[in-house]
Amino acid sequence: MPKVDLSQFEFTGHASNLIEDLTTMPQAEKERLIMSGVDVTGVGRSGTFLQTDHNAVHCETHQPGVEMMDIKDALKKYDGLDGYYWTQVDPDKDEFTRAVAENVHGGYFIRVAEGVQVQDPVQSCLLIRANDTGQNVHNVVIVEEGASLHIITGCTVASHDTKGAHLGISEFFIKKNASLTFTMVHNWGENSVVRPRTGGVVEAGGVFQNNYVSMKTVKDLQSYPTIRLAGAGGIARFNSVLVAPPGAYLDTGSRIIMDAPDTRGEIISRTITTGGTIIARGDIQANYVPARGHLECKGLILGKGVIHAIPELRGTVEGVELSHEAAVGKIAQEEIEYLMARGLDEDEATSTIVRGFLNVDIMGLPARLNDAIQKTIEESEKDMF
Amino acid sequence: MLKIENLHVKIGQREVLTGIDLEINAGETYILFGPNGSGKTTLLMTLMGLGNYEVTGGKIWFKGHDITEMPTYERARLGVGMSFQRPPTIHGLSTKHLVRMAAQGRDFDVESMARKVNMESFLDRDVNAGFSGGEIKRSELLQLMAQHPNLLLFDEPESGVDLENMHLIGKTVRTLLEGEIAPRPDCSMREQKEMRSSSGLIITHTGYILDYINADRGQVLYDGHLCCEARPRDILEHIRAHGYQECVRCLN
Ligand SMILES: Nc1ncnc2c1ncn2[C@@H]1O[C@H](COP(=O)(O)OP(=O)(O)OP(=O)(O)O)[C@@H](O)[C@H]1O
Ligand SMILES: [Mg+2]
Repeated sequence: MPKVDLSQFEFTGHASNLIEDLTTMPQAEKERLIMSGVDVTGVGRSGTFLQTDHNAVHCETHQPGVEMMDIKDALKKYDGLDGYYWTQVDPDKDEFTRAVAENVHGGYFIRVAEGVQVQDPVQSCLLIRANDTGQNVHNVVIVEEGASLHIITGCTVASHDTKGAHLGISEFFIKKNASLTFTMVHNWGENSVVRPRTGGVVEAGGVFQNNYVSMKTVKDLQSYPTIRLAGAGGIARFNSVLVAPPGAYLDTGSRIIMDAPDTRGEIISRTITTGGTIIARGDIQANYVPARGHLECKGLILGKGVIHAIPELRGTVEGVELSHEAAVGKIAQEEIEYLMARGLDEDEATSTIVRGFLNVDIMGLPARLNDAIQKTIEESEKDMF
Repeated sequence: MLKIENLHVKIGQREVLTGIDLEINAGETYILFGPNGSGKTTLLMTLMGLGNYEVTGGKIWFKGHDITEMPTYERARLGVGMSFQRPPTIHGLSTKHLVRMAAQGRDFDVESMARKVNMESFLDRDVNAGFSGGEIKRSELLQLMAQHPNLLLFDEPESGVDLENMHLIGKTVRTLLEGEIAPRPDCSMREQKEMRSSSGLIITHTGYILDYINADRGQVLYDGHLCCEARPRDILEHIRAHGYQECVRCLN
């Protein structure tokens, strides 16, 4: 991939007006939001945050125990979020983190109070609307002791060909016995450059579950979230389902560092290319025992494209149990024939197998998001065979 | 129902079936015996039209259609149904969904049918994922019940099955072949039996399945040839007493 030239994007001057009622947004944008898992009616959600271009335009939560605000407000209110802000991601990591450190446009701060179990997910959306926008966001999520939360984040552009750069820092804090499910749906476009930088820490008995879905063309995406299990009994799971249509370039991975005994980590990715490139990384490191980690990386090449699976395991003490399974290939003829023997023609059989491969049931998503994902799969099937 | 004429089949470079002739009538169940490696599974796979099995000569007729070159799914839709011995796992596809698809739009109460073969707790599991030998057999039967084939191809229904499951599988195979026969005011059980239209081709080594079904004819497949046509029970006894060596003599 050629180097990203940030000077091509405008990091100032794209202020947007507040949007009181998201249902008043233009129809085309609403549809892109729905396909990113964001429900503009807010039904079945504990809160909604929307940022367009350079600022937050909508932020509301009616859920007791859930605090949600623009990161800039949180920095003022909580004295720079000392002990949290920039502790999980190094601001000097690369030019993208530096760009956000120098000039943060927004992002969300979400905190769940101790012991509060939030039933309905909180949703957030980061939207690039104006052509050539460079968007710098910084998100901080704190789930206090014994609390639980599901966040659905949709990232998208106003139109599939909107040119934009999204630089996003996310820092997650899962306290003792707390749990965070973070579902991210990427619905970028053929001119989107995307550089998320994500880090998080899970304390004793905490659970972090990350779901990541990206099925549309994205020009250039690179991300490698890292979660550190810092307390005994911590669990981290990453589930990714990625499709790379022609013109897409995704360099993605997940990393789990097991820095305490009795920890478990799991990274599962299913990738399909129909012409694009996917680099599917995964890294599990275990520095304490007992620690069990499993990495599963499966890729299908349908037609053209490249899948490069790079699973890594690193154990530094005796007794760690780490394993991985990686496969890049095609749909097994045996599976197609089996379904044909049940009366499905070749196309039906292929499509059934692909849908199974991309099945996201394991993520436990709300029905409408699940439907949106199924619809996206249906739409991309025409590229597949 | 099924007519096979001088069928030759190659796997890779090797000719495994070297001229098979066989006719199975409507409502008739045919039993196939034969030593390991003689080509029995090959014959079933070829009838289903699966890959790797290359027909190099001869014809297969089903319900009057020449199906020798027909794609697998068309054979299935025409009424050929096979129980796979080692079916693949399909991730992300629930057993329930596959059963529904196998019904091809026919009315089929998946839950209550699953109960009949003790599969109700498997319906939400991925197809064949971690199924034991006996569970695979029951899952295959459930799919075949949904498919409702006119010709049932079954490769070793007994293998890897405990006694209780053998009973369940035997009864289910009988129902698949003969339909549900029960006292009815409008039709005697004997008439019901005569109306049955499903035929079967079943491979067995042990013959346990014969306790459950009516099978009048059978043959031994030996080294790519069929021989020794007789009543299945007689063939079984003959093999038990004398082994397959006798078949060679009979061939010559
Ligand atoms: N894919 C293959 N490649 C090469 N040879 C094969 C292949 N499949 C089957 N064969 C060979 O074809 C012959 C017939 O095999 P087949 O499975 O039909 O035997 P069978 O009669 O079903 O035996 P069994 O009673 O052991 O199930 C065997 O010698 C077997 O090794
Ligand atoms: Mg066999």
